[in-house]
Amino acid sequence: MNKLWALKKSIWVYHVCSGSCNNCDIEILDCLTPKFDLERFGILLVGSVRHADVILATGSITRKALPRIKRVYEQMPKPKLVIAVGGCACSGGIFKNGYNIVGPYDKIIPVTAYIPGCPPKPEAIIDGVVKVINSL
Amino acid sequence: MNRKTIIPIGPYHPLLEEPEFFELEVEGEKVIDIDVHIGYNHRSIEKIAESKTFDQMVFLVERICGICSTSHPIANCNAVEDLVGIEIPERARYIRSIVGELERIHSHLLWAGLAGHFIGYNTLWMWVWKYREPILEIFEAVTGNRNHYAMMIPGGVRRDIKEEDIPVVLKGMDEAERKIEMVTKAVLDDPVLAARLKGVGVLSREDAINYCAVGPTARASGIPIDVRRDEPYAAYGLVNWEIIIREEGDVFAKVVVRLLECFESIKIIRQCLKRLRTVKGEIAAKVKEIPPGEGIGRHEAPRGEVFHYVKSDGSNRPVRLKVRAPTYVNLPTCKATVPGESIADAAIILAAIDPCYCCTERIVTINKRTGKRELNGQDLLRLSRKKTEKICKNMGKRNV
Repeated sequence: MNKLWALKKSIWVYHVCSGSCNNCDIEILDCLTPKFDLERFGILLVGSVRHADVILATGSITRKALPRIKRVYEQMPKPKLVIAVGGCACSGGIFKNGYNIVGPYDKIIPVTAYIPGCPPKPEAIIDGVVKVINSL
Repeated sequence: MNRKTIIPIGPYHPLLEEPEFFELEVEGEKVIDIDVHIGYNHRSIEKIAESKTFDQMVFLVERICGICSTSHPIANCNAVEDLVGIEIPERARYIRSIVGELERIHSHLLWAGLAGHFIGYNTLWMWVWKYREPILEIFEAVTGNRNHYAMMIPGGVRRDIKEEDIPVVLKGMDEAERKIEMVTKAVLDDPVLAARLKGVGVLSREDAINYCAVGPTARASGIPIDVRRDEPYAAYGLVNWEIIIREEGDVFAKVVVRLLECFESIKIIRQCLKRLRTVKGEIAAKVKEIPPGEGIGRHEAPRGEVFHYVKSDGSNRPVRLKVRAPTYVNLPTCKATVPGESIADAAIILAAIDPCYCCTERIVTINKRTGKRELNGQDLLRLSRKKTEKICKNMGKRNV
């Protein structure tokens, strides 16, 4: 049986932000508040990556945050899923050529799914997460 | 007694939606010193701006920050218009003010919610964010986007507010006013919030002046400072409104200032919409050529004054862009407010300035303890360190 089957019921997400403009982060929080209310599907934002099934990653990775991102990923229990939220996390976006940018997330850690948009609407984020769950 | 414990908060901490790193030095329950490490979010925007044209630059500075994502474009356009020396059409002035004030409402509500979240009052968080959604829907109707509205260009605005959109916005404002009034009353009457926030993290008037605090942080300490009134731009000189001032300087005063400012914003939006019905015409003046020279632009963002400096050599790209965001000057005030308080209160005091690291971190960060430079920007570093030293001396604190 597929190991990832366990994640299908109620996935807990952890939010990592590095060099983002904060907008994707707000839209992620927006997903949790009454209008969209993801918690009714068992999706919960948790405070520690050790409890999480999925990392929602925003922004393009900066030099200073790079070692922290690697550490956060290592601390996560297996099976690990990473969803890149927003244009910067997918491709580097408008900050791609900056001197302090290491690159988008998939250069550093394996990324499962990409949700493009600047910022993606909450509906798009929900859609992305649902697609990930369906593909497990 | 030399037994100190250092508690790190961050950089990835459930409390913080952005990466930042606070070091609290504590003795027992009491915080005796605090150190801030920033720079996790530095994206080299000022450097990237030099490779963009003046029109593209507006979209880049919009992405400095997602919460105040029209403040930077307004300040930037003001700077370019100052450089070129043109006046924007009157209709564009009103539209700029409308977008700016809508943003202030959504930003203050967002902060109020997060503040509730920080003190473990999740009801307030969910409640306020629910009432923030309609504002975002108005944004979507008027500008086409929930965030990152892309409304500003040098010389005016990109999209007109159509006649049929005006009733939608007005209705939204009526609804928002009712809801915010309800929230404000609830917050002011709540004994838990009063016990938790009153008298906590007091920033005295003197400290606020010494640290050059801006925006609601300064206004809650009794300093009447507001770019919209002091140096009117857009339509702020053409409509009636008041600045909200509180004398107490504690966290509660900051909450009150922000909530009451929402009503002033609603007032401004209503007046602007009324004028939009009569003032017709162009929405953008043509900017033909950008001459060599320099210009400055200011805007009162939800968090305080945003300052942009643009230098041009006559080509279509800026030679230099300098941005000073409000959090950059507000953040050091935690040096004055946090020590002496208990650990439990530290979080809400830090949150009370409404920190926005995305805005702050294009610049420079220093490790104050070792004096080591972690990112570039020497001149600014020297100045900022000097200022810190001066403040430390004035306050009789050890030189960090």
